Amino acid sequence: MSRRPRLHIPHPPARPGEDPDFSYVEISPAGSVARPDPTARLRDIERSLAFEMIRVLDDNNVATGPWDPLLDPADLQIGLRHMLTTRLFDERMQRMQRQGRISFYMKSLGEEAVSVAQCMALEPSDMLFPSYRNQGLQITRGRNLVDLMCQCLSNSADMCKGRQMPIMYHWARGNIFSISGNLTTQFPQAVGWAMAAAIKGEDDIASAWIGEGASAEADFHHAMTFASVYKPPVILNIVNNQWAISTFQGFAGGENRPFAARGPGYGFPGVRVDGNDFLAVYAVTRWAAERARRGVGATLIEHVTYRADAHSTSDDPSRYRPKEEWKAWPLGDPVERLKNHMIAEGYWSEAEHEALIAELIEHVSECWEEALTYGTMTDGPQLDKNELFEDVFKDMPRHLIDQREQLRALEDD
Amino acid sequence: MAQMNMIQALNSAMNLMMARDPDVIIIGQDVGYFGGVFRATDGLQRQYGEHRVIDAPIAEGGIVGSAIGMGVNGLRPIVEIQFADYIYPGYDQLASELAKLRYRTAGDFFSPLTIRTPCGGGIRGGQTHSQSPEGIFTHVAGLKVVMPSNPYDAKGMLITAIEDDDPVIFFEPKRIYNGPFDGDPDKPAVPWSSHPKGEVPEEYYTIPLGRAEITREGSDLTVLCYGTMVHVCEAAAKAAEVDAEIVDLRSMVPLDVDTIRSSVEKTGRCVIAHEATRFSGFGAELAATVQEECFYSLEAPILRVTGWDTPYPHAFEWEYFPGQARLIAAFEKVLEAA
Repeated sequence: MSRRPRLHIPHPPARPGEDPDFSYVEISPAGSVARPDPTARLRDIERSLAFEMIRVLDDNNVATGPWDPLLDPADLQIGLRHMLTTRLFDERMQRMQRQGRISFYMKSLGEEAVSVAQCMALEPSDMLFPSYRNQGLQITRGRNLVDLMCQCLSNSADMCKGRQMPIMYHWARGNIFSISGNLTTQFPQAVGWAMAAAIKGEDDIASAWIGEGASAEADFHHAMTFASVYKPPVILNIVNNQWAISTFQGFAGGENRPFAARGPGYGFPGVRVDGNDFLAVYAVTRWAAERARRGVGATLIEHVTYRADAHSTSDDPSRYRPKEEWKAWPLGDPVERLKNHMIAEGYWSEAEHEALIAELIEHVSECWEEALTYGTMTDGPQLDKNELFEDVFKDMPRHLIDQREQLRALEDD
Repeated sequence: MAQMNMIQALNSAMNLMMARDPDVIIIGQDVGYFGGVFRATDGLQRQYGEHRVIDAPIAEGGIVGSAIGMGVNGLRPIVEIQFADYIYPGYDQLASELAKLRYRTAGDFFSPLTIRTPCGGGIRGGQTHSQSPEGIFTHVAGLKVVMPSNPYDAKGMLITAIEDDDPVIFFEPKRIYNGPFDGDPDKPAVPWSSHPKGEVPEEYYTIPLGRAEITREGSDLTVLCYGTMVHVCEAAAKAAEVDAEIVDLRSMVPLDVDTIRSSVEKTGRCVIAHEATRFSGFGAELAATVQEECFYSLEAPILRVTGWDTPYPHAFEWEYFPGQARLIAAFEKVLEAA
């Protein structure tokens, strides 16, 4: 053994050209983790929740164990529809980026359950603070895809009036907060939102999402500290999709302990869940939401999943990870797993599935055609350039009025 | 009318606003039970409870970040950052989130925060209790940035800031919390009760943000200043027997360009004074504005009297501080110019 200090540089288990290796992902058998009462003492429950993995769907697609949320078949069909809509919307928008119709895009392939199942497990009045790979929240809350497309197009109907890159959506009426490109900033904001709900005596709770890489930001620790101190009604989600652009989860400290184990370090439960198991994500969200609504406090949830596609359209993951890695991912595909469960239970069929996909592809296409009627970055209706100066402040101060006049003068020349 | 020092005036403003609006809350380190290290929130937790005057962990980023979320959820938080020197851990939340939220959501979300923070030197605070970081906030689109120079303005401006739906960074020049300061540390302290602006109404009143005040009319030269420097500049003008027009800007964003322009057009000469370091400081913005607006009225180069471009020192505080001697030298120089 070396007698000198040495720097540990984390290495992912496989690089391009090597065989994928997910032996580091510790997986508990479905149904094996007890479901404690949401008011149980932390010291009695912390270890199993943070270090095991809560799973409901077993290898034969059967729902098992105490976390089975016992959802109606109709709810499962809704969940499947939202996940498929998310996936097909993503595919279309990625293609539109490749054709130069939009400047940028980020898919959520393989992570659809994290957003859709949790959103279905919350109330519509609960406030959501998404990261950039949570488009499933918008879709589950019933957002018109045209609105999302118009944002990506920065066209005349863009909710952001052309002020944000594609996918930085918000939806005040749907209780979904604005997405920031600065990572983790929404975490303490969600905690503060929940603190205000408690101060006002309201029943709504907040939920926020970050990736595992972003858990290294100071704002993660700010949020955890404030959640620990004030016990506000908030759910804090870490989506551990194994990759933060090119750095694997070891660069955020994931080699040493599960991210969920950070919860007990701050004094509240961390729950490690199979993020590709729709039923398990739904169930742990209900558990965490019950803790929040009953005034017990915050919950940290680590969703173990895999970022199946590139970080964004500007990224090429074949440069840093094996191309076949997703096929080797031990927790599979959330859409296939829910579909197979529903078929095994007799709620669903291959034919219905194919018909749903065809219907949704058609729906996405119709939405895209409608979105284009509001303009593209180059053609059709355009945003008013005067809007450039609006909303910096509630009322426009003198220096911005002057600058708007300068721009107008150029336009008039 | 009541006599108040600046702390009492700020306390009165917060007390009034908490009584008027149940959504007004206060969060910051030591603001609750203790009433703040400078006593600005003294008694408020007793009066309004622990849910409205909230002691916070030592995490400025978390204080600002959580307050943004509270503001989004309908509250109107007043944040106290104990010293402006400690504000930097909250800078990302202030500059990237708070300042931009209304813009990036096309007006659908906003958070009406007031960030109170004591700034400036003259208290033997060394480099971590003396800074004047206003310039790094005036450079951020979407923030209002103000600094009162007396108790009367402090109360009226703080009430306006709390009621404002835009975020306001409210700098408090702590050297003049208890009395005006003319830049001479060897003189006995003067209380606000000896100054007309120490007379502060008990009741509600507002002072709009974005309006400068001419605290001394004059014809020889214009001095642009704010905070503690207003009093130092007034004393320097008196000592030098210069008929200076002293413009207390009070607000940096928005900036009262009309008052600046009319004063400099009248005097033809301009000195800019601030405690903050010089390079890329707010004085540079003022000099550029005066040059653009008043070039043909100027009879001399615009001069800046500022802190040196060093960290704020402990031992050589009065060598660092832009005091009367440096101001008088600048006045003489602009008056000598043809």
